[in-house]
Amino acid sequence: MNGVAAGHISELPERSGRVFRMGSLELALFKLSDGTVKAVENLCPHKRGKLSEGIVCDHHVYCPLHDWKIDLHDGLVQAPDQGCVNTYQVEVDGNGNVIVYVKDAAESA
Amino acid sequence: MKKKLVMIGNGMAGVSFVEQLLKLSPNRYDISIIGAEPHPNYNRIMLSSVLAGDASMNDIVLNDWDWYRDNGITLLAGHEAVGVDAERRTVSTKTGETLAYDELVFATGSLPFMLPIPGADKEGVIAFRDIKDCETMMEAAKHYRKAIVIGGGLLGLEAARGLLNLGMEVGVVHNGPCLMNRQLDETASRMLQAELEGQGMKFLLAKQSASITGEARVTGLTFKDGTHEEADLIVMAIGIRPNAQLASAGGVLVNDGIVVNDYMETSIPNVYAVGECVEHRGVAYGLVAPLYEQGAVLAKRLAGVESDGYHGSVLSTKLKVSGVNVFSAGRYTDEPGTKALRVQDELDGIYKKVVFENGRVVGAVLFGDTSDSSKLFSAIRSGKDYTGKEKEVLFGPSGGAGGKEPAGDADLVAAMSGDEIVCGCNGVTKDTLLEAIAEKGCVSVPELKACTKASAGCGGCKPLVEAILTTTLGADQVAAVKEGICGCTTLSRDEVVGAIQQMRLTTTKEVMHVLEWKHPEGCSKCRPALNYYLGMAFPEEHEDEQESRFVNERNHANIQKDGTYSVVPRIYGGVTTPEDLKRIAIVAEKYQVPLVKFTGGQRIDLLGVKKEDLPGMWKDLDMPSGYAYGKSLRTVKTCVGNTFCRFGTQDAIKMGVDLEKKFERLNTPHKVKLAVSGCPRNCAEATIKDLGVVAIDGGWELYVGGNGGTRVRAAELLTKVKTEEEVLLWTGAYLQYYRETANYMERTSEWSVRVGLDTIKKALEKQEDRDALNARIDQTLKLTKDPWKQIIESDELRSAFEALTATGSSEAAAQADVK
Repeated sequence: MNGVAAGHISELPERSGRVFRMGSLELALFKLSDGTVKAVENLCPHKRGKLSEGIVCDHHVYCPLHDWKIDLHDGLVQAPDQGCVNTYQVEVDGNGNVIVYVKDAAESA
Repeated sequence: MKKKLVMIGNGMAGVSFVEQLLKLSPNRYDISIIGAEPHPNYNRIMLSSVLAGDASMNDIVLNDWDWYRDNGITLLAGHEAVGVDAERRTVSTKTGETLAYDELVFATGSLPFMLPIPGADKEGVIAFRDIKDCETMMEAAKHYRKAIVIGGGLLGLEAARGLLNLGMEVGVVHNGPCLMNRQLDETASRMLQAELEGQGMKFLLAKQSASITGEARVTGLTFKDGTHEEADLIVMAIGIRPNAQLASAGGVLVNDGIVVNDYMETSIPNVYAVGECVEHRGVAYGLVAPLYEQGAVLAKRLAGVESDGYHGSVLSTKLKVSGVNVFSAGRYTDEPGTKALRVQDELDGIYKKVVFENGRVVGAVLFGDTSDSSKLFSAIRSGKDYTGKEKEVLFGPSGGAGGKEPAGDADLVAAMSGDEIVCGCNGVTKDTLLEAIAEKGCVSVPELKACTKASAGCGGCKPLVEAILTTTLGADQVAAVKEGICGCTTLSRDEVVGAIQQMRLTTTKEVMHVLEWKHPEGCSKCRPALNYYLGMAFPEEHEDEQESRFVNERNHANIQKDGTYSVVPRIYGGVTTPEDLKRIAIVAEKYQVPLVKFTGGQRIDLLGVKKEDLPGMWKDLDMPSGYAYGKSLRTVKTCVGNTFCRFGTQDAIKMGVDLEKKFERLNTPHKVKLAVSGCPRNCAEATIKDLGVVAIDGGWELYVGGNGGTRVRAAELLTKVKTEEEVLLWTGAYLQYYRETANYMERTSEWSVRVGLDTIKKALEKQEDRDALNARIDQTLKLTKDPWKQIIESDELRSAFEALTATGSSEAAAQADVK
């Protein structure tokens, strides 16, 4: 697990997604209305939609392509669709820096 | 240890049986279900709605994945059972799994019957049975024009209606002279045929298919009489046969279907069968209601509850064929010894026939108006003697056709037996509804729907569910709950908008809080809708919520399937200049745009643009946004008009440019497309637009509510005016009235059908009303700004288009790069 500084909390608009790229890895970062930041792989398991562009409601994001609903807590696709996206742990430090914990190299490939 | 119950088949009959079993005896079995389709249990009856585009796959799911999980059922979806060993009591699947059972249930359903004629194996020849067939048809409609449906029964007509909606030309081939001859008598059949012909279906009756022509793909159908019809797609919908092969191979006695006794037991101990795969007393049923009755009996048998078994079903069909209500039951053809009571009303397209034998109702057919169906069906089942008062069956106790008092809801409900099925789609009986009302406290139709699934299918039984509720509780106890704008609320569009206006609510958060939304931040359906309604009601006070807009409206470009975008600059009226064209060409080269294309609305589309490049491209283009992505005025298409054309009567180009300049950037409930034609030849296709202007000598005609999309609809004449100024004022009033009264996501074509052209005309009739509407639209229009320019000029807005990259821990970034 590597902690990577992805940017400052002020760069994340509330209830909107922001793309974070690191090498071949592309994540979608979301600041929820309670201030917490969530990170998931920016790829809907259905037709590879960019989740970063979805509408955020509470702790769910709706994929912009076909409206699949994904829980940002655990990455699980909500019924009646099914599937899962990778989630990444995120912390915001005392200075407002957003730290994303990417998994080991082999996993994130 | 729990006994192992394995069911082969994951369809409506089987899963309904499991539901009933779980109710009777929740913990008796470890249940595994093997289903060949990769879906949870869905409503096969609703497939035609999916095909027609009225429902999505999700809408027709009856038991979602959670249901299986919550009830501890192991579902092997997408697995095919390939062998049954009754000695060892095991089932094996194609993927190599072996399941041991104590009790085995066959619910394998039926297979479509395919005509064994030469060429039936060609590409483009399919059945209409499952989701996959639906998908094949939808795909075919994109590439081909002509479809033939073989089979003029219920299934065939539904397939035909769906293909018609998909924009294909459809011919229906039927071997007999009358459509739906198994459910309708000749009179009703002819009425149905006339109605469907009016909808654009073609019929080839009394035709025997001989062979299918074509190389790899079908090109046509040849009949036994030597005639030939061209076709790019052939759908066989002639019938079904029980799917009993696996049972037969496993040693179970199979005749036409899997033979069962009155307790749904097969010839082998511990092996049962239910549904369309079954043959009971020589009959295999293909309708839903009998399957539920069988499921109920089998559930009791396996729960160890006594029952007097299944004794066969009196068949009734109640359905909606292409918008026409049809019902039939029992023996409805005239036979020796029977007398029929007929009512035929050609004005309203209604036909009723009740057949009596010795004073008892033995059959009935209803066409157009099926409100008497429950009463007639229970009369058939009860065998009540109506001698001397036969006419009461249709006209109520006062007798003759004159002073008729239709039987009240109370009588109707009272006449139903408890086990009678109210909701045919989901197999809900009257008793189930009464129990939900008494024990679960349901006081509204939506509550009953949530509790029992009654009326959750085609919705045809809704009036009856309501009648049962009203009769049981009394009219004053029934809560009138309307279906809300989405799952977050029970409030309708009008109630939500009314509350916004009365309470002066100005943010979506406020609306959801005050109106007690079920989900604190709404869903992807209500958030954009509320944002629109708020902006419509309070253009000045409401601050547009970017986070409540769909991606395209937030990024001011159309997202494509690969996550790139398309850019369409504004080209007023479709009139451009060499300078603009050069600039567009330079920009397209600079950003290596993979595809440049003209749109249907006379614009230039630059496709395949990366999100990060959007602001730069907009800056270099130096043109306003064409709003090709928005619920907004899209384009005003024009013809050349009298500028160059020798037929032109008016300056169509100027009219179009003026309209586009005035109404661009306007937020509307759905996209709005305009067109102006310079003469009645109508080269700009103005009569399939949301608003079309057609020049005539000395004036203009305004057409409204047209559509050239999924469901083509010709626009209707709103008014004729003399001057260009009047065209702008009428358009302003019309658009504002649409903005204020339409549901979000409702095109003008749907809206004008819903509210009626007369209502629209009346609202715009008076000068003062039009002035007031124009004042309101002008107030909104003056607040709009070009979004591309706004984004270019604001660092903060522009930053949202850029991706974040790692700012710390560079070695991690390097690692990720290496892979």
